Amino acid sequence: MGVPAELRYTQEHEWISVEGSTATIGITDFATQALGDVVYVSLPAVGAALAAGEPCGEVESTKSVSDLYAPVDGEVLEVNEELNDDPGLINAEPYGLGWMFKIRVADWQAAEASLLSPAEYDALTKSAG
Amino acid sequence: MTSTVRDTPLRAVHERLGATMTEFAGWRMPLRYGSETAEHNAVRSSAALFDLSHMGEIALTGPGAGAALDYAVCGWPSKLAVGRARYTMLCAPDGGILDDLIIYRQAADRFLVVANASNTAVVLAELRRRGTAPAVTGGYGGASPREEAGGAPDTMAPSAIGRAAGETVVTDESDTTGLVSIQGPNGCDILSRHTDLPLAEMPYYAGAYGTVAGRPAWVARTGYTGEDGFEIFCAPDDCEPVWDALYHSVPGGLPVAGLAARDTLRLEAGMPLYGNELGPDVTPYEAGLGRVVRLDKPGDFVGREALAARAASGPRRTLIGLLGGSRRVPRHGYPVLTGSGPVGVVTSGAPSPTLGLPIALAYVERDATGPFVIDIRGKTEPAEKTGLPFYDRRK
Repeated sequence: MGVPAELRYTQEHEWISVEGSTATIGITDFATQALGDVVYVSLPAVGAALAAGEPCGEVESTKSVSDLYAPVDGEVLEVNEELNDDPGLINAEPYGLGWMFKIRVADWQAAEASLLSPAEYDALTKSAG
Repeated sequence: MTSTVRDTPLRAVHERLGATMTEFAGWRMPLRYGSETAEHNAVRSSAALFDLSHMGEIALTGPGAGAALDYAVCGWPSKLAVGRARYTMLCAPDGGILDDLIIYRQAADRFLVVANASNTAVVLAELRRRGTAPAVTGGYGGASPREEAGGAPDTMAPSAIGRAAGETVVTDESDTTGLVSIQGPNGCDILSRHTDLPLAEMPYYAGAYGTVAGRPAWVARTGYTGEDGFEIFCAPDDCEPVWDALYHSVPGGLPVAGLAARDTLRLEAGMPLYGNELGPDVTPYEAGLGRVVRLDKPGDFVGREALAARAASGPRRTLIGLLGGSRRVPRHGYPVLTGSGPVGVVTSGAPSPTLGLPIALAYVERDATGPFVIDIRGKTEPAEKTGLPFYDRRK
């Protein structure tokens, strides 16, 4: 539970971690609590060029479906194939085994400016919940 | 018409259990406590507790109660034996469904009508009004002057048939009735440890007065999950002792289940939900529930003429079950198509925990034959027509 300090966040309740030029993306614990059990996730194709703010996949839960958005510009490097067999990983470990996809970010410094800090995201969830 | 959200008598219990709450039909209700899939599976494999205190309870009492109900609903409640229950519907004069109901005959002169929370006010008003309608002319009477005066119980001038038999009193008991349900194959064993009633002998769709955890209750073998189970109607202040006794029957606590699991359970069981499959623009025949319309009962009843015509002509559309051919889930309102174009619409859809694939109920044109596809947000997915229910515990 909570909002890990080492991550960045979006208004759409996604998290981003960055290592070098590779950003890893998933949905937050707050998002999984709101969605309930995730039963299926459709992810972007490896190699696809994503534009920040554009829908790039879907998260299906028992009660609803939500779009997944590209948090920053970049090319898809890898998707989490494990989620195909076990989408419950997203509920169990949203910041760990439940990660969704990785993208190559051209300019992280520019991208980071558009993202929310942990404190900002925490405030967002408290005002929403 | 009021924005006030109401709490059930078990609100503090749900908070202690860490429930995610949601607003439903004007009530703050538990949506789920943890994983709704686990809650669903607990009902299928063992048992779980539900708080259903939002449901409406309306009593009809007096020597004319059975006849009044025969005129008000499309079933034949006066034929019910004492201690038996029936699923029925309240229809408009045009045959449209105003609510689906369970009616329990609790005594010779007492019937308990259980209505959906969202429709309780409508059902109450209609039951009061229909007692005043002159059944002999088939007319649809205006509101009773007594109804305008408000207050319950409300003594109504009974219908023509009822008039011969005596008066009927309609009482809204929703505020004085809580409802705890235990659903699942182990429910009978667990509840039996806490009641003086011989539950193993109780048939499905029957009920009896007794005690649960020492508290007076009406206990009925009914539910909305497709599983064996019981519903315990008791005073609001008795809900918590009843809940606690059942909850603590199992080491670590009996599983508890919220509205999310209730919805997937009823959908697997092919049971309609008012607002999805049922509504004022739908007749029982389209919903595949023509059997609840008792055109063979004597006397007039509201909607008889329209329903008889619909029975003769056949419904324009029919409710069918669809199995999703991909992992994308059909949802309420999604179009259903065949090669020749749109033929209908999904009314309910969900990932089925028991079947492991998406399931949906949909209204399609009567003559539509597959193969069907469902337009899921702009991309069609195959869907295979299947018999209902999706899940049958007897198979």
